[in-house]
Amino acid sequence: MDFATVLQVLDSTVRLATPLLLACLAGLFSERSGIFDIGLEGKMLAAAFLSAAVAAVTGSVWWGLLAGIGASMFLSVIHGLASITFRGNQLISGVAINFLAAGLTVVIAQDWFDQGGRTPSLGGDARFGPITLPLADTLRDVPVFGPIYHDLISGHTLLVYFALAMVPLTWWLLYRTRFGLRLRAVGENPAAVDTAGVSVIGLRFAAVAICGVLCGIAGAYLATALQAGFVKDMTAGRGYIALAALIFAKWRPWYALSATLLFGFLQAVALRYQNIDLGGFVVPVQFMDALPYILTVIILAGFVGKAIPPRAGGEPYVKER
Amino acid sequence: MTTAAAIELKGISKAFGPVQANKDISIRVMPGTIHGIIGENGAGKSTLMSILFGFYKADAGEIFINGTKANITDSQTAIRAGIGMVFQHFKLVQNFSVLENVILGAEDGALLRPSLAKARGELKRLAEEYELHVDPDALIEDLSVGHQQRVEILKALYRQADILILDEPTGVLTPAEADQLFRILERLREEGKTIILITHKLREIMHITDTVSVMRRGQMTATVKTSETSPEQLAELMVGRKVLLRVDKKPATPGAPVLEVENLRVIDEHGVERLKGVSLNVRAGEILGIAGVAGNGQSALLEVLGGMIPATGTVRMNGQELDLTGTASDGQSRRARGIAHVPEDRQHDGLIMDFSAWENTVFGYHNDPAIQSNALLMDNAAIRADTAAKMERFDVRPPDPFLPAKSFSGGNQQKIVLAREIERNPDLLLIGQPTRGVDIGAIEFIHQRVVELRDAGKAILLVSVELDEIMSLSDRIAVMFDGRIMGERLPEQTNETELGLLMAGVNEEAA
Repeated sequence: MDFATVLQVLDSTVRLATPLLLACLAGLFSERSGIFDIGLEGKMLAAAFLSAAVAAVTGSVWWGLLAGIGASMFLSVIHGLASITFRGNQLISGVAINFLAAGLTVVIAQDWFDQGGRTPSLGGDARFGPITLPLADTLRDVPVFGPIYHDLISGHTLLVYFALAMVPLTWWLLYRTRFGLRLRAVGENPAAVDTAGVSVIGLRFAAVAICGVLCGIAGAYLATALQAGFVKDMTAGRGYIALAALIFAKWRPWYALSATLLFGFLQAVALRYQNIDLGGFVVPVQFMDALPYILTVIILAGFVGKAIPPRAGGEPYVKER
Repeated sequence: MTTAAAIELKGISKAFGPVQANKDISIRVMPGTIHGIIGENGAGKSTLMSILFGFYKADAGEIFINGTKANITDSQTAIRAGIGMVFQHFKLVQNFSVLENVILGAEDGALLRPSLAKARGELKRLAEEYELHVDPDALIEDLSVGHQQRVEILKALYRQADILILDEPTGVLTPAEADQLFRILERLREEGKTIILITHKLREIMHITDTVSVMRRGQMTATVKTSETSPEQLAELMVGRKVLLRVDKKPATPGAPVLEVENLRVIDEHGVERLKGVSLNVRAGEILGIAGVAGNGQSALLEVLGGMIPATGTVRMNGQELDLTGTASDGQSRRARGIAHVPEDRQHDGLIMDFSAWENTVFGYHNDPAIQSNALLMDNAAIRADTAAKMERFDVRPPDPFLPAKSFSGGNQQKIVLAREIERNPDLLLIGQPTRGVDIGAIEFIHQRVVELRDAGKAILLVSVELDEIMSLSDRIAVMFDGRIMGERLPEQTNETELGLLMAGVNEEAA
């Protein structure tokens, strides 16, 4: 395996990890506030569809991105109303959102574009293009560093850099600001926040809204940056993988980066090596494709250390005494 | 011209559906005093204070703070009016540091760093001024309950509270911790703070308050100066009839040992040794009281004897050895040997809350041939009739066998468990925390029944964290600490100080 191949796999790792990272951070905000969100998948899917559809019609990826965020936010508000205002079951609300998104996206796509539940292929300004970082071409021929900078670090779309920047930003927000303190507190003991004179409902809606924005960007990335258009079920379980990564990351931003890079790496390896030959024994491609999902199951089954979720997670807050 | 009251409530009323929790309540609390509010469970004390702290909105009435009318709509406005509240169940974030808990909701700006620095200095000042020492960087989950309570008080003081409301503050404290709390409260009073103390413990009221208001069934029945009243008078005002505070009992006439325990050891599933070689005996016609701070092995002792968990060692019941391995023993086989068990946590281990009272009165005895009508079916009609009779004898209110256990108050739930266990005429009664969460009127009744059982020549093993109860009910007292018996005392030859030291693991005789 030569250096160039390693770089290609790593480059693809970053691309594939980006939607997972955005969704994982989205889930982090929501779950840290005590609202479990199994609907990351549905929100990403709805955002992917609407961003691709609007980008195709307007020809502008920015309108697409905005529409994607809007779609995801709409579902977030439904989840917020159901689980915060009406104190419903958060899992049921999340599952309902996933079903709603899975069905509606295909039906509306068929109605609008008549292409078998897809959107038209996107190109030009309707898609996020790669950004070449300064001096990338000049430094290309510098040994080792040149290729790393040119092939791995430079040449991604804007959303990839945004996702990576969100990691330290989330950390800072969570641990260095008043909002972060209150957010962490409301997921652990909402009664403490309430008796301190801070609105539990307000905080939780803020967290769910942030979750909506990040999921929207993740979905838009899938349809307008990673791929060129929307296809049926294009999220392919990424929302659930992001949830597993969130648990793996113990609800912490930097760990979330590592966890999603791991999942991205597995996907990249599966894409690159269809059949891996281990000295006579050929690992079938199906196994490689299934690996991220197998890891998800292992993590969710609790085999990877003890992960303590936010203590008030999943429970609506009811004022008592 | 009188000085303005720190707090004045005028005509406060609050109803939850058909239940009138507070009915036309008026009260004046003078600045710089400790004002006690006493009443039975459900008398409306906590509702009244929740209204004052903005948790509930009163249906009618007015609130005046320092002579000016205050419109308290939520906790934020209450805090701004200078009111701080220490809830019975602490409102702390367990995995936050003390500092983070203190500034939560009272941060100075969007960034934490300046607030944390300011709070650190402020906490140091408060610690010196009021002797409220807590490590500001400790996590709440690592602190003792007493220290967690200090954090709650610090939270209120950091928000510049002049009026401090404490709801049942000593319920979770050891006697020593309670004494420390009282010293802190006295110190706060010296500094001019106004304190409202909600409790159902008469001893605390007499010990620390200046004025006391009594509530009964949503109404304020009296407000008196503490120096001009007596526990007996307060108890009467609370319950609405004369109450016997001391247990009226004759000296015990113990017979042969019924229960003999030797070198009992329990290691739980986490590998923690909960009993480290306990030996004791209980004789017929006596009450052995086990005193101790919760979590020092008393629960394990009851659970072993009741057949709920396995142990090693020897236990003889009427001279016959009991199986402790847990393979051939359970609660039912223990009952067959004459051991009745009123568990510490009645809602968890004593009753099935969703089942009706009559179903609950046969648990543990459901295989008794006397209540089967044939090989397959139980004689439910007979059980119900029997339950109704039991409810009559034990004064369970309402006396309805069909009501689910959860519909009864704590005291009446306890009476149902007690009726089930006592009426089977056991040789030994294990009884844990008999009056936890039970009203003062029902306490009197439960104590009388336990003493009656003793006088009938039965052996009783009593476990309680209430030192008063141990002192007044027991014929002998054993104190447990860290899975061991620290010592045995006779109630008439000891006092709370000595027992308190034993409970803290200090044995002066041994030293």
